[in-house]
Amino acid sequence: MQSKKAQEKLGREKLRRIIETCRSVEERSLDPFLIDIGANLGTVKEHFPEWMIPEDLCLDAETLHSLASVVKLQSEWVKHRSTSLYTDPFLLEDKLKKMEKGEIARTFLKSWHPLIEWEQISLHSMAEAIRYWNTLVPLEDRWKETPPEQVDIGSMTREELVHQRILRDKSFSEELEIFWQELKKTVAGKGEKGKIRYWDFIGADTYKETVNRAFLTSFLVTYGYATLEIHPLEEETFLVPYEKPVAKTGMKQLVSVPISVSAADWQKWKRGELE
Amino acid sequence: MSKRKAAYASKLKRAIHILFFKRHAKPGVKGWELRKALGSDYPKVLKILDDYLKNLDLEVKTVFEEERKIEKPSLEQLDRARHYIALRGNLVPKEAKMMGWRIDDFAGLAITIAYITSKKGKASRDEVEALLREKLPGWKVGLNIERYIRYGYLTQDESGQMYLDWRTRAEVDQKALIDMLLSAETKA
Repeated sequence: MQSKKAQEKLGREKLRRIIETCRSVEERSLDPFLIDIGANLGTVKEHFPEWMIPEDLCLDAETLHSLASVVKLQSEWVKHRSTSLYTDPFLLEDKLKKMEKGEIARTFLKSWHPLIEWEQISLHSMAEAIRYWNTLVPLEDRWKETPPEQVDIGSMTREELVHQRILRDKSFSEELEIFWQELKKTVAGKGEKGKIRYWDFIGADTYKETVNRAFLTSFLVTYGYATLEIHPLEEETFLVPYEKPVAKTGMKQLVSVPISVSAADWQKWKRGELE
Repeated sequence: MSKRKAAYASKLKRAIHILFFKRHAKPGVKGWELRKALGSDYPKVLKILDDYLKNLDLEVKTVFEEERKIEKPSLEQLDRARHYIALRGNLVPKEAKMMGWRIDDFAGLAITIAYITSKKGKASRDEVEALLREKLPGWKVGLNIERYIRYGYLTQDESGQMYLDWRTRAEVDQKALIDMLLSAETKA
């Protein structure tokens, strides 16, 4: 014999299943007569004495409501079948599939009585149009060209141009020359075996300055003032200054070496974590 | 002309103005609007107008809210109904094509209306599209359905179920359509 709890659990499951079936009939437009209302009502009646808590009573009420909806659908189904519009959808579908589309269209035209309607402007839209027209700015005002702003001719000093970064303080070749000398001095002071770690040379107090030094260094290498020594296995890059600028054209095929100078790398270098 | 005849002639003109020219987004007018403009005897004016339009192959069509034809409608039902001017007879395919519709479009509409009618006025869009794909190129199916919806022949709810809309009820004799489709001779 099943325990009371197991009996209640089974009852709840049965009611939920009834609700689900009713819902699927409603949603998928299935034949409502697929549901045996009498048998389902019997199930609801059988389990009703077991329900003690409000949740179970609500479930019972929901089941009855679902069954009532199916009864309503059954009534509509009967009504529809008794009307002159009833047609077996499968029969019609089959017929439509077999018919030529020209024939379907001709058949449709025999049952089609299109409406006659004349489009015209209404008083309301006329009033709207007048309102719009009255507030519309004339074309010559809308398309008026804005004349270029007139500025008086004046003069600027070199310092002002440098300040606005239009001119550089020194010429680029001059700057590069000074930078090369600095590289040579640094290598002599801090370097080993005539070379210095790349980051030890380009690294500066600010990230902006570091990027600027990396930019100038790239030109030192390109124009033959220095060269790069790369140890791929150790992931080390060294800068080796030349004593005299070396013309690189025609020696061998030049290669580009991309070196990332990100803010994160710069911070690592500052903390001494960048090898 | 008697005074009574003159009054009806004037009402007839007024009815033509109201019914032919579109006053709202949808064509046609409600019965209560006609009552307001023509008086409570507007059903009689409509009857005279309908007789008059017979010679022009046009008719006054009344579509009831109840979605079915009512043999002897009450004044209240007529007030709530929508009245239109429609073609009494039929168009031949050549004339229909001049309206900008292709044979494909008419066939698609016929299939859709007949199928939804047979499904008690409601069918899922997927089912309708699958059936249309039997006759129309795939790329055209969606476009055509959207067109039928735009013109007011069909409507669709948020769950993708399709229904017949006001224009189908006003323009298409659904029973005749289905009867003719079912009785059409098909190739074996």
